[in-house]
Amino acid sequence: MYICLTVNGKPVNVTVHPGRRLVDVLRMDLGLTGTKIGCEQGECGACTVLLDGRAVNSCLVLMSQVEGREVLTIEGLTDDGELHALQQAFVDTGAVQCGFCSPGFLMSAYALLSRNPHPSRDEIVEAVTGNLCRCTGYRKIFQAIERVAGCVAARTEEQ
Amino acid sequence: MSVVGQRVPRVDAREKVTGEARFVDDLAFPGMLYAAVVRSTEPRARILSMDLESVLSLPGVVAVAGPDDIPGGNNIPLILPGHPLLAPGETNFCGQALGLVGAETREAADLAAGLVRVEYEPRTPLLDPLDARLPGAPGLYGEDNTFGHHVVRRGDVERGFREAFLVVENTYHTPAQEHAYLEPQGAIAVPTPDLGIVVYGSMQCPFYVQRAIAHILGLPLGKVRIVQTTTGGAFGGKEDAPSEVGGQAAVLAWKTRRPVKLVYHREEDMHSMSKRHPAHIRYKTGVKEDGTLVAVEVQMTYDGGAFGTLSPVVLWRATVHAAGAYRCPNVRVDAWAVATNKEPSGAFRGFGAPQVLFAAESQMDEVAAKLGMDPLALRKHNILRTGDETATGQKLRSSVGSLQTIREASRASDYRTKRARWGKDRGPVRKGIGVSTINYGAGLGGLSPYLTRAGAFVQVHADGSALYAVGTTEMGQGMHTVLAQIVAEELGLRLDQVTATETDTSRVPDSGPTVASRATIMSGNALRDACARVRKNLWGVGASILGVPLHDVLGEGGVLYAGQKQDKSVAVEDVARECISRRVHLAAQGWFRAPKTSWDPKRGQGDAYMVYAWATNIAEVEVDLETGVVRLVRLTAAHDVGRAINPVGVEGQIEGGSLQGVGYALTEEVLRKDGRIINPDFSTYIIPTPSDAPEITPVIVESRFSKGPHGAKGFAEQPLMGVAPAVANAVYHATGLRIRELPLTPERLKKEMERSKR
Ligand code: FES
Ligand code: FES
Repeated sequence: MYICLTVNGKPVNVTVHPGRRLVDVLRMDLGLTGTKIGCEQGECGACTVLLDGRAVNSCLVLMSQVEGREVLTIEGLTDDGELHALQQAFVDTGAVQCGFCSPGFLMSAYALLSRNPHPSRDEIVEAVTGNLCRCTGYRKIFQAIERVAGCVAARTEEQ
Repeated sequence: MSVVGQRVPRVDAREKVTGEARFVDDLAFPGMLYAAVVRSTEPRARILSMDLESVLSLPGVVAVAGPDDIPGGNNIPLILPGHPLLAPGETNFCGQALGLVGAETREAADLAAGLVRVEYEPRTPLLDPLDARLPGAPGLYGEDNTFGHHVVRRGDVERGFREAFLVVENTYHTPAQEHAYLEPQGAIAVPTPDLGIVVYGSMQCPFYVQRAIAHILGLPLGKVRIVQTTTGGAFGGKEDAPSEVGGQAAVLAWKTRRPVKLVYHREEDMHSMSKRHPAHIRYKTGVKEDGTLVAVEVQMTYDGGAFGTLSPVVLWRATVHAAGAYRCPNVRVDAWAVATNKEPSGAFRGFGAPQVLFAAESQMDEVAAKLGMDPLALRKHNILRTGDETATGQKLRSSVGSLQTIREASRASDYRTKRARWGKDRGPVRKGIGVSTINYGAGLGGLSPYLTRAGAFVQVHADGSALYAVGTTEMGQGMHTVLAQIVAEELGLRLDQVTATETDTSRVPDSGPTVASRATIMSGNALRDACARVRKNLWGVGASILGVPLHDVLGEGGVLYAGQKQDKSVAVEDVARECISRRVHLAAQGWFRAPKTSWDPKRGQGDAYMVYAWATNIAEVEVDLETGVVRLVRLTAAHDVGRAINPVGVEGQIEGGSLQGVGYALTEEVLRKDGRIINPDFSTYIIPTPSDAPEITPVIVESRFSKGPHGAKGFAEQPLMGVAPAVANAVYHATGLRIRELPLTPERLKKEMERSKR
């Protein structure tokens, strides 16, 4: 099947089996390996990408569902080598350990901030609750997102 | 000091937030095949036949391999014999690897592996570890199904119990815990033209993998090179397991002469890879009227699963930590690790200690309640201090931050007020606060002293930038940031002038495994040794430029100064350039051997570990009596780490380790039916999600260790270890219910409520 879609702002045409998973085409055909595979069942969020602006688990999306749509992956978050504010906040706050979950968290957080630039702690937790992290205990991830969301001061200073 | 002790961002954070970091599944090689593993569906059976050849005709399938295709030994060498790479003739757990399929795509390999017909003759499995040593039990290992037996014999426990005013005796059970590293196991084996092999993979211990693959392929160690790829979490689960994964990929690569990638699916990983040992613990505690501990007796059985893997050493750590962090003149411990027909148990953060500490610290709480003492006061009364002897007779000479962790945790959590106020509610939702105090022996210790060495390599380039290599691994814990800080400090560089190479067995000599929270101490000290050699040359030239003797030179932030006054200086960059023109050697190997430890296996006495970390956890819970749900609201975790080289990293280890402890306390439990795991995925095996995370307050205590780099001692396993008992003790404070089996699920609470009503 011939499929046209937009990936990180660029038009992409691929000939693939319609039943292939978006995550595999991103990683193997397009070389965008920043999107990770942790469970293949929609349970860990490591494969989160934006599909028309909404965070989805790309392990559950089939190629037949993406014709004409817009995909944003972690590679699209960096602008010409410049880190996005969220990425910088993850670095500065210590929100990254092994880093396997980081692209997924960043994409979920990015989706949240695009529709709600000033979320509360509860809204942040809600937005990333489909993402698992086994290393960090989540605290620094929340703080990183809050830092960008503009409600930083109070919480990070308390430590 | 310019860099050590600073809150610096991780050196590898950038590549991880951009998605550029290369985990094993992100790599590909020309001509690469994909492997899949044929796995047993029986917990114990003879294998009558396995028809691997039949799938060779399927589209895309290139090769198959069974036990007979292994060119060297069909055995994964570690401590005990008898752990086959591919089951020869009989299977011993559901999920055991029987055969391999290599194909042009992963899908083709998976499909083919699933179609291989295996005929079994089932045999009665041994599933209950308490049956393993009984007469008539199925024989799985050795004479009595025992992978290990360790003891502690100190004083005279009978006399201790006779003298005791109060004796408390209970049985505790803990479940298998899954590591749930987010990146599944994976390896790529690449045959080299000179009849060697390179294996890339997600792992903790490249030198273990090197030894295993040399054995499996029948190659000299020199022909086997292992390169660790960026590793997405490990927690012990990638200590010995990668030898198996890498070995499987290597067998197919050897047979096909093509690169082979093998990445496990999550379910496959959870079915077949190691877990924390389930444990059954009988614990007896005797105290005097004033709370003074006089006797501890522990009998424990750890379920080792089908093969010995690391059971003997896991059990040893459990044995050494069995009496807890307290002074006690009379201690008797008997510990066994036994064989059953389950996936092999292995290393998991805490390495055998969390199980017995759940019992030990629940006991302390119960003793306090029976004596009418505050549980924190009871701990303070008995806690090991400088000059005391541990249960194994080790005199604690320094770096004992025990009492400080109690004080700091108590203060940070406002323990006293809450303890006094809570625990009296009558409504359906009850609040409680509970404590645990523990210690953790850093490094490998007295049972495996030959492993307690590490190497390092440092090189300074012509522009003053430095490159280093070590034999321990970064798996997310932050090792490279700490080590880069140490190198920068030693050479007087800026942090951004220091770069690490990935860990590769060809760069430094065998440095032992990256386990037991040993990387900071071991590689840190080896690097300091290497840096000292380089510094002598580098700073020596600097001294001649500055016109002062070498011992007057100071270095900081990429600049060398002539003495304290800093009036004369030269950039390291310029010094390095001068070194090059003078043909001065700016590279060195470093080596470190850990301070001596000792162990007498008969009496279980000795200087078990070079130093101990200490921790006090205080948990605040809300228990809903109607639903039985325990909500952990806040956890205060005070840890004595010696010295926090990077406080951000230390906090990260405390927060992340604690949350794994929360999972162990409340939700994580591997469930089985007839030996087969029935919850091998994240929707049924529940690790804490963002919504489950309590407020965790990390508190860093620094009681410096003189032999550690800049005073640091290893501690990163400790955060997991004391959480479960603190939570259980908080539940007791809130409700009066004493749960002696983990995790504290609503079902267990309700059952206990029923029982206590009767
Ligand atoms: S890999 Fe897609 S949710 Fe886990
Ligand atoms: S940093 Fe390792 S899983 Fe999140």
